Amino acid sequence: MKELTVISGKGGTGKTTIAAAFASLAESAVIADCDVDASDMHLILKPEIIETMDFTGLKVASIDEIICTGCGICRDACKFDAISNDIRIDVYACEGCGVCAYVCPEGAISLIERKAGYACNSETRFGPMAHARLGIAEEASGLLVAVVRENARKLAEKYDRNLVLIDGPPGTGCSLIASIKGVDLVLAVTEPSVSGIHDLERILGVASHFNIPAMVCINKYDINEKNSRVIEEYCKEHGIELAGKLPYDDTPTKAMMQEMTVIEYSDGEFSKMVKGLWENIKKKLDG
Amino acid sequence: MASGKGGTGKTTVAVNFALSIEDVQLFDCDVEEPDCHLFLGLDLEKIEDVNILVPIVDRTKCDFCGKCSGFCQFNAIAVLPEDILVFPALCHGCGGCALVCPKAAIVYKNRSIGIIEKAKEKAKGENLEFYSGALNIGEALVSAVIKVLKKYADESKTVIFDAPPGTTCPVITSVRGSDYCILVAEPTLFGFHDLLLTIDVIKKLGIPFGIIINRSDIGDDRVEKYCETEGIPVLMKIRHDREIARLYSEGIPFVSRMPEWREKFVQLLDKIRVQLASEEAGNLKEAGT
Ligand code: SF4
Ligand code: SF4
Repeated sequence: MKELTVISGKGGTGKTTIAAAFASLAESAVIADCDVDASDMHLILKPEIIETMDFTGLKVASIDEIICTGCGICRDACKFDAISNDIRIDVYACEGCGVCAYVCPEGAISLIERKAGYACNSETRFGPMAHARLGIAEEASGLLVAVVRENARKLAEKYDRNLVLIDGPPGTGCSLIASIKGVDLVLAVTEPSVSGIHDLERILGVASHFNIPAMVCINKYDINEKNSRVIEEYCKEHGIELAGKLPYDDTPTKAMMQEMTVIEYSDGEFSKMVKGLWENIKKKLDG
Repeated sequence: MASGKGGTGKTTVAVNFALSIEDVQLFDCDVEEPDCHLFLGLDLEKIEDVNILVPIVDRTKCDFCGKCSGFCQFNAIAVLPEDILVFPALCHGCGGCALVCPKAAIVYKNRSIGIIEKAKEKAKGENLEFYSGALNIGEALVSAVIKVLKKYADESKTVIFDAPPGTTCPVITSVRGSDYCILVAEPTLFGFHDLLLTIDVIKKLGIPFGIIINRSDIGDDRVEKYCETEGIPVLMKIRHDREIARLYSEGIPFVSRMPEWREKFVQLLDKIRVQLASEEAGNLKEAGT
């Protein structure tokens, strides 16, 4: 079984459009939506949820106001400024380390579990899908990504599928790392803008830090052909293969508004190019 | 300045807004992918290392009792029968392990996880101070960097925080304590969905907000209809414009080439002030004063 993660330094580069198109092209894949903070993939794939699993992330401190004498020892010990002057826990700031509970002379504080979201296994018109939703203001997204990937692997075994297609989160933080660690290939989708190039360098840096082979796709390459050439040069210099270039086109927006992948929406020029992109990636994965 | 997803034009709006108004500080809180400075053409200099404390264990004192690893909520310290391992990337620097160690075998040292940078000079001819944070590659404690970055905010100025995408901790850390939140959204299926998630967050935090619709002519009117029914002010609409897109790809803020926009951003600030004043008046009325 192979694993492929589609990533982009920033959101809005067309990453999900491309990942959703791949889902409709791959014959034997399980889809894993690892963009657990603000996923969009489900709007196109419309998964039918088969099972949901509660996800408990970090714990959170809770003060028993009856026992508390207001001495303030916990507040002074907290490294995250999560306890206010009037000894209330700010649940958004609390990291659940447990120091306050340890230092409290009255035993007024305990750590309680918090439900941080849920993970789901679903069925889509393109095959099984693992996804999740992180509750508002929750951290631990890296942990939840790991849960989604584990679920996807299990689905692949159960349904005898040979590819896990992962839609990664934006950024370079813990959830990105969790979504690319140990995969066979990442596809970085980028745009030919000054900031696009900057983000691409950072994200390829993360991939190479974890020794993961990468390919690049330049989306909307014709918005700035000069910058597109800069990206191509950069890839050449660093021995990274260009998987393809896609032009600026309104097909993706139109397809999205119809809740379809570009492949389903039209078999025009743009869709053909996406198919070409997919062929290049398949070759690399199989090779 | 927030948005559910990246790529909605939030950074573009933040930069152009900051360039259009007086006496302003702009903070790039997207410390995983900071890129505001690319549009400002400013040279940055490091002003601070963001450090967290990580434990180091004195092996001559440690008797491998395992109290520290039992305490650590983040599995950042592991005790084997005759060895002890610390995983710095997992450590949140809470200080608990040293607290519980009966042998006083644990001390802390600083570990840099990122930096805070400041523009060397103010943007050309403008009254703009710029700060940004950058998380080191491979690090995970995004909010820790944002917290340090926000300390440079000067209350006497108009302060704009350009938040990272998403709806999780880093976004909350960025927008908390703000007087007002501008949400930038695209009028598409994805854009609308992301907007709803972000509105949920901002409402939970109790911050007054308004919407800017970017590329207002590419999708449909679902965002506008929603705002109308919910009584959410649409502060500004920016049509999809190839010239703006081209300037963006070159890293050029569009107000510098399209001066008519400057005036619109000044009006934007006025609109926000009016909204805040009327909400305050409303609150006072509700409180019965
Ligand atoms: S240390 Fe315990 S008793 Fe003292 S303020 Fe904190 S919770 Fe209350
Ligand atoms: S400082 Fe806190 S997070 Fe770090 S190893 Fe010690 S107990 Fe764990």
